Amino acid sequence: MSEPIIKIENVNKWFGDFQVLKDINLDVSAKQKIVVCGPSGSGKSTLIRCINRLEEHQKGTIVVDGTELSENTKNIEQIRAEVGMVFQQFNLFPHLSILDNCTLAPIWVKKMPKKEAQELAMKQLEQVQIADQANKFPGQLSGGQQQRSAIARALCMQPKIMLFDEPTSALDPEMIKEVLDAMVNLAKGGMTMIVVTHEMGFAKEVADEVIFMDEGMIVEKAETKEFFANPKSDRTKLFLSQIL
Amino acid sequence: MNSLNFLKSNKQNFYYFLYLGLFLFSISILDVAINAFLKINITSFLPGILSIFLPLILGFVGLNFIRTEYSGIKSLDIINKNINTNNFNAILTLLIIFAIIKATPPSLSWMIFDANISGDTKEACTGTGACWTYVKVWFRRFMYGMYPNDLHWRINLAFILVIALGFFGFFLRDNLKKYLALYYVIIYPIIAFLVIYYLISGGAFGLVWVETGAWGGLSLTFIVSFFCLIFCFPLGMVLALGRRSSLPMIRYISIGYIEFWRGVPLITVLFMSSVMFPMFLPEDFFMDKLVRVIIAITLFEGAYCAEVIRGGLQALPRGQYDAAKSLGMGYWKMHIFVILPQALKLVIPGICNTFLALVKDTPLIFVVGLAELAGMLALAKTNPKWLGFAMEGYIFAAIIFWIICYAMSKYSYNLEAKYKTER
Repeated sequence: MSEPIIKIENVNKWFGDFQVLKDINLDVSAKQKIVVCGPSGSGKSTLIRCINRLEEHQKGTIVVDGTELSENTKNIEQIRAEVGMVFQQFNLFPHLSILDNCTLAPIWVKKMPKKEAQELAMKQLEQVQIADQANKFPGQLSGGQQQRSAIARALCMQPKIMLFDEPTSALDPEMIKEVLDAMVNLAKGGMTMIVVTHEMGFAKEVADEVIFMDEGMIVEKAETKEFFANPKSDRTKLFLSQIL
Repeated sequence: MNSLNFLKSNKQNFYYFLYLGLFLFSISILDVAINAFLKINITSFLPGILSIFLPLILGFVGLNFIRTEYSGIKSLDIINKNINTNNFNAILTLLIIFAIIKATPPSLSWMIFDANISGDTKEACTGTGACWTYVKVWFRRFMYGMYPNDLHWRINLAFILVIALGFFGFFLRDNLKKYLALYYVIIYPIIAFLVIYYLISGGAFGLVWVETGAWGGLSLTFIVSFFCLIFCFPLGMVLALGRRSSLPMIRYISIGYIEFWRGVPLITVLFMSSVMFPMFLPEDFFMDKLVRVIIAITLFEGAYCAEVIRGGLQALPRGQYDAAKSLGMGYWKMHIFVILPQALKLVIPGICNTFLALVKDTPLIFVVGLAELAGMLALAKTNPKWLGFAMEGYIFAAIIFWIICYAMSKYSYNLEAKYKTER
């Protein structure tokens, strides 16, 4: 196995007195797809938010693409530019059109010429089949379309890693599929992905590894087939029996 | 049991009731109107009390007659739904209409029919109404203060230039649009200051020097408001961001600043700026009183602006910050492109509120001897040749202030509509 692109070692995090992450160890190699599941409050969102330092961890080290996350703001901004993130609530910028949402960061963070950024944005919007909505505003789109725009926006930064934080949890059932399709396409294109989701169908289809978290700890980490076929811990079995 | 039903309309006699009701209602209005305008009491043959209450009774019965659930006549339904829903509302409606009718003739005759505007002296005012001659004679003073009469063109020209420069931003080419904020926040105030300084103050380019003590009237209201507005807004923005900063030093300084300026009355700040402040300055250092006043008001209103803007910042969901950060934007890029455009849009009504209050606070600078519009009125009404016309002056000022403030609030509604986005 090659050198891991994300290296998480002994990471601990507290919210006040409450410990959300307990000794997390995780290596992710390039092009690997990992699905993180677990009950709510288990720390899975916090974990991936630590990877691009939307949350600070208090103990341990996280190394992303050879750069350690620390107080150094320059490092953090550089890592964030390489790590795309998609949120549960889409978080598109409501005052900008879809196209401007996609070109804002490439133009101002990567200093890409405007024309080039627009071409790239249109290409990415094409990928998620939403190019015809490019000049609309987020408020005019459906939830599924918004989430696909958010994926395109993240991809416009040409990230090496994509983080998904429950991307389908805020969607109507019929819109979940269109978003998952976009994610499957992305996975087939060879992107490194860490996905927090309850969509076990998606996990079975694309994930290389599945991680089950509970109470801030990684309870089980196994290859996808193994994970679903014979889970080892009782907690995982219980969870799977409820969710499947 | 249904003995009272003949007083209520039904399908068959609906129109009888409608016409009768409208007739009674019109009679009652007419009675009051004739009474008020022509001073003829057509019901004087009735005993005293009845004569007074007759219009109310007639109007009440009339409104009662035309009140139906749903008539199909649009205007009638609107009346019934809004001012005639029940007996109590009908009486309130009548009383308000009567009050308006009663108040109209005296105010009209005072303001227009019995008023004087001709002549140039107090003696020309012979009527019992308002003496607009006073406002006419003093008009230039109210507009320009003690500024020399033959130099008023300089003030006019300066204002035209400043307004024109303000509109300049709208005509910028598209590829220069990104410098718009820079233009309005930094370049425009500097140019405006230079224009006003050199044109109105003079002292260069062959223009005669006019000291700021001579400035006054409405033009001074505009100058003070204008500079305070454009300076207090960026100050408020910086303070609002500072108050939410993660650096404790900056946060505490901002909080201290805001709480200090919000805690002291403007009038004491103005006194301080003109009386105390010069004592702390080195002797050879001179700062004009007007400049000191503008700085004082700016610092004061900046604190209010800051809290309004902070309200907008707090209204934004945290996800907007997360999204901007996750795209690699730093603090300034995030705020300039994502946070502030949304937050400022949210606080347009609040900012407008603060600005209106600022404009209406400018008369307070009279306490340090600067006479803007309201200050000139206070001076003019004590002029021995023109004693006793304070009322006309203050009504004039009220109308001017109302026009300014209404224009500002209209403009803020426009901005709100222009930048409205669906969430």
